[in-house]
Amino acid sequence: MRVRARGLVNLRAVLAPVASGMGVMAAAAAVLVPALGGDAARDTPGPGRVSPPAATHRTYVPGTAQAAPALAPCTARTAAESLRPSTEDGAAVKRIKEKGQLVVGVDQNTYRWGYRNPATGELEGFDIDLARAIAEDILGPHPPVVFKAVPTNQRIPALQKRSVDMVVRTMTINCVRKQQVAFSTSYFQAGQQVLAPVASKVTAFDDSLRGKRVCTAAGSTGETALRARPHGAQVLTVPNQLDCLVRLQLGRADAVVTDSALAAAQAAQDPTVELKGKPFTDESYGVAMNKDDTDLVRRVNKVLDDYRGGGTKSPWMQAYRTWLRADLPGISGPPSPQYSD
Amino acid sequence: MSTTSVSPPATGRRTAWAEGLDELRAAARTEPGRLRVIGAVLALLVVVFGTVAAWQVTNRAAAADDVVEHSQPLTADAASIYRSLADADTTAAAGFLTGRTESGAIRDRYAADLSTASALLVKAAANSSGSPAARAQIARLNSGLPRYAGLVETARANNRQGLPLGGAYLRYANERMRTELLPAARALYDAETDRLAADYRAAGARPWLAMGAGVVAIGALGWAQRRHYRRTNRVFNRGLVAATASSAVVLVWLVAGHTVARTGLTGSYEHGARSLRVLNEARIDALQARGDENLTLVARGAVLTGGGQDFYEAGFRSGMADLAGGGEHGDAGPGNRLGAALALADDEAGRRPVREALTRVRQWQERHGAARAADDKGDYERALAKVIGPEGSTGESFDRVAAGLQRALVHEQAEFRSAADAGRAALRGLAVGAGVLAAAGAVGAVLGIGRRLAEYR
Repeated sequence: MRVRARGLVNLRAVLAPVASGMGVMAAAAAVLVPALGGDAARDTPGPGRVSPPAATHRTYVPGTAQAAPALAPCTARTAAESLRPSTEDGAAVKRIKEKGQLVVGVDQNTYRWGYRNPATGELEGFDIDLARAIAEDILGPHPPVVFKAVPTNQRIPALQKRSVDMVVRTMTINCVRKQQVAFSTSYFQAGQQVLAPVASKVTAFDDSLRGKRVCTAAGSTGETALRARPHGAQVLTVPNQLDCLVRLQLGRADAVVTDSALAAAQAAQDPTVELKGKPFTDESYGVAMNKDDTDLVRRVNKVLDDYRGGGTKSPWMQAYRTWLRADLPGISGPPSPQYSD
Repeated sequence: MSTTSVSPPATGRRTAWAEGLDELRAAARTEPGRLRVIGAVLALLVVVFGTVAAWQVTNRAAAADDVVEHSQPLTADAASIYRSLADADTTAAAGFLTGRTESGAIRDRYAADLSTASALLVKAAANSSGSPAARAQIARLNSGLPRYAGLVETARANNRQGLPLGGAYLRYANERMRTELLPAARALYDAETDRLAADYRAAGARPWLAMGAGVVAIGALGWAQRRHYRRTNRVFNRGLVAATASSAVVLVWLVAGHTVARTGLTGSYEHGARSLRVLNEARIDALQARGDENLTLVARGAVLTGGGQDFYEAGFRSGMADLAGGGEHGDAGPGNRLGAALALADDEAGRRPVREALTRVRQWQERHGAARAADDKGDYERALAKVIGPEGSTGESFDRVAAGLQRALVHEQAEFRSAADAGRAALRGLAVGAGVLAAAGAVGAVLGIGRRLAEYR
């Protein structure tokens, strides 16, 4: 009898913390589940969203502020958030106006995005048009823009050393980079995608890749994705993504994995290859700036708002039609901005 | 007075050999017989000496001829193959920088380089029968060169369309050149240089056998004359003296001629072949540095080294360090090509073009720095003008460097030729002379003994 009593006492002592823990969890669930569930409910299509061919993308409702505090930790979903637009001339914008020119880091080698036309010797592309629009807003018409070719792994160091004011270079926004530089809102939605010849049996980033040689740029997001889930493919790496198209044409590779925007640039150069399936990751391109230039970020976001505005006649849609529609059809509008404040 | 065999005829028949031996043994017991044997042996020794001397000298003269007419030109051809391939690569890249359509001059230069390389490969293949290593490299080059040309044409076609794919193909072609064709050309050059070294060794090897045979022959002649003197108290036997004199002449001529030939050939190696080798390598280093400089502007930052530097700029820097040392001013120290070429040149006419090339290399480095600064600031057009412009550009400096090296090469080739020809001339006539003199000496020996024999009649 005494033994049983002691056992009962012990049992209660053990159960008490368990019960209190469960109570706390229940309370938390009661608070959080509606918030998260409500988030999912907000995933309704609104005007100006990305249409079906990019259906695995998240869609954003324009102008909806996410109810998160200003210093919320960055997650994959909140990475594309940026500061609210503003037309004020802060320290960074004043510095650019005093210098009298805007130095923009761009690519010289990506067809249709940032590319030096050998016939004219001038840089042209979607990114270039956007950079010129930003410069025009800050410095007035016919702005003196200095385009500086920045290799892929110099994008962030160039900003940190302030050898460029901003980088417009099909740069993906992610949390790791946000620790080093600041990004504007998203100006294009892309993702990793497979590129293969039209007649190929490869259909998407799935088991149709089994036994095939798949090429990707060394050190890129594509390589990471491919090594994580190879689907039985042999991975071949090259120094630059365009070298993958060379390998594909020479028969040394069967498919290419790279950004959908870069894949579209490759498809523009070779009519016998096409993008296969849908993008299997979600990536936003943003304009990168030095982390301290918050006023410049706000100014660029304002320019982007104007760039997006105007429906099918907006500068964004005009640039899309000029450069990208031929190879990335079916995009009906720019991505909506997300703000963190 | 013939001596006949005194042994009683045996019961059975004996072979001629056994009978001859018996005759010899009997003859050896008499002085005339001994004299005949001595005469035969002396004649034989002198003839053997003459034959061996002629044979060894003929071998060495043939090797020396090979050096001058065969191996060295083949080595020069292999160097030309290497240079043509590197020049074709550099020119293809330069063509890209001039825009969508290349200039006619650049197209012609590229085509000339490829046809030179092909023609020299055919010649090398025809002459490669003795060297499986050379044949393997020639086969590699033969299969790789058309593929490289195809890649460059694809690059050009894409570039004409205004597509950056052209630049990617050009970089791929450059990679094929750097990793397959140029190493094969280098290995071919090394194989030919090995053959040249083997021919040099064969030509310079001392004719110990002939010299030994000469010493033995003269020694035997001396012994015979001493024996003659001791027996007859006559000092000079004209025939034997003539034989000794002719053998001595052959021996001296052999030693002296071969030593002069050896000196000439060594001189041609030290002052010709070695300089040529270093100068060829310097020219190739300059070409590859120029190619890397062009490709930096074609690639526009597309390819990086592990350390984050531009890949082709890093290649340029290491090429320059190989060519003229790590510094950017002043003399090239030892341990680089131009410094070595300067040290190997043995007269002012050889040093002057190398010094001029060095001055131009320093100018090239300075202009390259200015081009890089313009490109890093984002001014691509200005960087382009500084690299391929007609005046004040690195292209101009490079052309002058190449011209200086070419002058030095021509000079060193002439020096090689004259030294090697001097060496060959020393051996001329030695084989025939040795044979004739040895024959005369043998006759003299026989006559001398015969004179002595005649006293026994």
